[in-house]
Amino acid sequence: MVTIEIDGIELKVNNGSMLIEAADEAGIRIPRFCYHKKLSIAANCRMCLVEVEKAAKPLPACATPVTEGMKVHTRSPKALAAQKSVMEFLLINHPLDCPICDQGGECELQDVAMGYGGDVSKYAEKKRVVREKDIGPLIATDMTRCIHCTRCVRFGDEIAGLRELGATGRGEHMEIGTYISKAVSSEMSGNVIDVCPVGALTSKPFRYSARAWEMRQYESIAPHDCIGSNIYLHTRRGRVMRVVPRENEAVNETWISDRDRYSYEGLYSADRLTVPMMNVDGEWRETEWDTALEAAVSGLKDVVDHSGAPQLGALIGPSTTLEEMYQVQKILRGLGSDNIEHRLRQRDFSDQDAAPAFPWLGTPLAALETANAILLVGSDIRREQPIAGHRVRKAHVAGAAVFAVNPVDYDFNFALEHKLVVDPRRMTSALAAIARHLVTITGATNPAGLDKLVQSPEYDTAARAIAERLRQAGRSTLLLGASAINHQNFAAIRMLSALIAELSGSTLGYLSDGANGSGAWIAGAVPHRGPGAQAVQTSGKNLAQMQGSGMAGMLLVNCEPDLDLAEPQSTMQMLKKAEFVVALSSYKSPALLNSASVLLPITPFSEMPGTFVNAEGRWQSFEPAVAPMGEARPGWKILRVMGNLFDLSGFDYMSAVEIRDELQKLVGDVAKDNSLAWRAPEAGQIDGGTLVSISDIPIYSVDALVRRAPALQKAQKLLGPGFRISAALARKIGLKDSQEVKVKQGDREARIAVEIDDRVPESCVWIHADISDASKLGAGYAPIVLEKA
Amino acid sequence: MNAQVKEMSKLALLTAADLKEIDSEIAKYPEEQRQSAVMAALRIVQDSNQGSLNQDLMDAVAEYLRMPPIAVYEVATFYSMYEHKPVGKHKVCVCTNISCMLRGSDGIVSHLKQRLGISFGEVTEDGKFSLKEVECLGACCGAPMFQIGKQYYENLTPAKVDEILDNLD
Ligand code: SF4
Ligand code: FES
Ligand code: FES
Repeated sequence: MVTIEIDGIELKVNNGSMLIEAADEAGIRIPRFCYHKKLSIAANCRMCLVEVEKAAKPLPACATPVTEGMKVHTRSPKALAAQKSVMEFLLINHPLDCPICDQGGECELQDVAMGYGGDVSKYAEKKRVVREKDIGPLIATDMTRCIHCTRCVRFGDEIAGLRELGATGRGEHMEIGTYISKAVSSEMSGNVIDVCPVGALTSKPFRYSARAWEMRQYESIAPHDCIGSNIYLHTRRGRVMRVVPRENEAVNETWISDRDRYSYEGLYSADRLTVPMMNVDGEWRETEWDTALEAAVSGLKDVVDHSGAPQLGALIGPSTTLEEMYQVQKILRGLGSDNIEHRLRQRDFSDQDAAPAFPWLGTPLAALETANAILLVGSDIRREQPIAGHRVRKAHVAGAAVFAVNPVDYDFNFALEHKLVVDPRRMTSALAAIARHLVTITGATNPAGLDKLVQSPEYDTAARAIAERLRQAGRSTLLLGASAINHQNFAAIRMLSALIAELSGSTLGYLSDGANGSGAWIAGAVPHRGPGAQAVQTSGKNLAQMQGSGMAGMLLVNCEPDLDLAEPQSTMQMLKKAEFVVALSSYKSPALLNSASVLLPITPFSEMPGTFVNAEGRWQSFEPAVAPMGEARPGWKILRVMGNLFDLSGFDYMSAVEIRDELQKLVGDVAKDNSLAWRAPEAGQIDGGTLVSISDIPIYSVDALVRRAPALQKAQKLLGPGFRISAALARKIGLKDSQEVKVKQGDREARIAVEIDDRVPESCVWIHADISDASKLGAGYAPIVLEKA
Repeated sequence: MNAQVKEMSKLALLTAADLKEIDSEIAKYPEEQRQSAVMAALRIVQDSNQGSLNQDLMDAVAEYLRMPPIAVYEVATFYSMYEHKPVGKHKVCVCTNISCMLRGSDGIVSHLKQRLGISFGEVTEDGKFSLKEVECLGACCGAPMFQIGKQYYENLTPAKVDEILDNLD
């Protein structure tokens, strides 16, 4: 600690901190442009000049370390003169086009110019003009306004880990750009809009649509991933105009992913369901709430009466709020059915009894970045959970070794120290190899049945290296991602990962699906456990069992049956065969119109209160920012009325908060324990075939809302058609890049253009489900046949 | 989003001789500091490609030095000795900075423009000469001056300029 004095105020500050940090902490405002607390120090704008006693010239506060006894004046005549001159220079080439600039009203340049600028410009010469650049569908550029603070360049370099923006040219000719116009490809690229202190980088979809001072700001929680980034919704006249980050150091720091930033556009998609609808003799009719609710309830009652409660099931999207999930299971269980499922993309349920009370990250999110070693198991973490990916990158930058056992050689913004990129059929044997080495290293007893799983001597070097590093790391963690959790042999992958974690002293974490994949377990939205993992009398049917046996009646909540499930085909068939299907949805998609009997419009997250539990087990509640659209109503209200119409007790809630409090009281502190006792897993086979498909959900297809956000969809298009094979396989079949190929899977056939991509193992086809025509094919990890068309 | 991973390698654009020379530059720096050789590498590549760079060549340098391409573009566009458009066989770099200006560089420039029929930044039709305006080359005591290739020519007069140009093939 050193003692300094700023503007006559004595401060005790940390040794080594910069003047600007000390001033910020004490609430003394020093103007700045290039300084940003999350970025490295560039000290290139000079706006932060202050007078330091005994120094000959004014010094930049952002780059001047504090020293004992330093006396600083931020508003002395000398400091002010320096600041005013810098301001004048910065404005020389600035277009001063605030009236047509989207940043107007929330512009750091405008604010500082108000304080330090002259009222008339002395500069009468020509100003430079810089052409706009097209850097993709998300960010608009007006580079003439750029003041060359390089915050955006440093963001790309230091935070996004992709150096794409840069400063080319020099002096007056300096320009910020990607040089060759190129879509900025970071999954967090939108943050440059917030770091840019001027109107050079602004939001493209939001452009010219509202002024900062016309909008109201509401706190909310992002509804797409297991992080639950804290956000603000900015609204005008009852409409969400844009989304910006809300700082929460423990969760998302000051960042949000592009998915969280731009998905709001989907709130106003033309196919929003805003009126209750009923299918009367094959024809869809809009109707009153009363009629629709009665029809829904009596239809479901009929199913229970005629076919029995076990013939009734519910599928709940994993981004549904805690309150809704809890009520859905309360209704179903009240009617005598435990067939409640939220694990819509999962395929292997064989070990569900051994699953933790709720699948959690294994460590607080912020602690991820202090790990010394991280093993990603089946995760394209950047695209699945961008903010968690950012924490892993931070760990890597701080020196952690990161490893992956993945079905595709995903491109990360950190280097992998070792990787096992394996055919999904060999995921278990790759993990078993690592576990086996740990047994040797630790001298533990060899768990029965482990040796049988090790089939891959070729993974040996990497497997041993990973085992050793995990063991030595001190603080290490395993993270299970989507292609582990949705794998046909998830049980074996989970068991082996738990073993590796135990032997190496690592934590084991889940990167669960949706915004409330953790909360779903707490709310009891699983067939074999009630709220808070309480035992149920008899376990209900899980997704696979429902698909297998068929169901007479179904309740769908936030679930688009053709896109949100691992096996869309068999789900659609199950629904078609069902007698009665009720869907609570914010959208009327063709698949729902095809399969449901009643559609009840529920509101998306922006129009209702609710709670998401993130992967850390953090309960984050939010309030509505705007009124429900049309006749749509918050799900908790509709479910409460349904509970009453079913004559069930305990549905007298007056608010969503009451539901949450009831659940919280019921479950108390849910145990955070992902450990698992060894039980030799089945080796598991994906039967037959030489080629197998790896289908994963592309970043902007994860749920109904993002699928309807136009700018994100444009960004996703840049990914290409999403049907990829390795060059070696292409050569074998005799295919060139972009050539069409005949694809057969199960009893379905399609013609699709292939993209050659060597990140895919030779025995696999990598399919972006949903983008590609291939989504019309069958299952995720399944045999597939390619023939020359 | 997917950082495009499928981009083709452009390394083939660098000749074996270039690579050898670049390697000897890389060797001057610590192992993990390959990128320190970027300025030398750009010069080498520019010299063996008729005196100018293009995006493919810069990408190739980036790939070889394992740098983000944009970082190479930054260097290549910052320093004035790198050319991004084709230049003549002889690149005439005329200083117009203060000492040269006071000693009559304006006259030298207009004489050059007239004789060659081109302005700054252009190449003569036969591809033999190009003209470039540069800042002080540190030869003020011999002002006005220009540089062609590695050679400085000082105390220029129009007659002297003609003589110099006539003697270049
Ligand atoms: S675009 Fe914005 S953030 Fe980037 S250098 Fe210019 S002013 Fe700074
Ligand atoms: S903020 Fe200090 S120089 Fe820019
Ligand atoms: S001013 Fe021309 S060489 Fe210095």
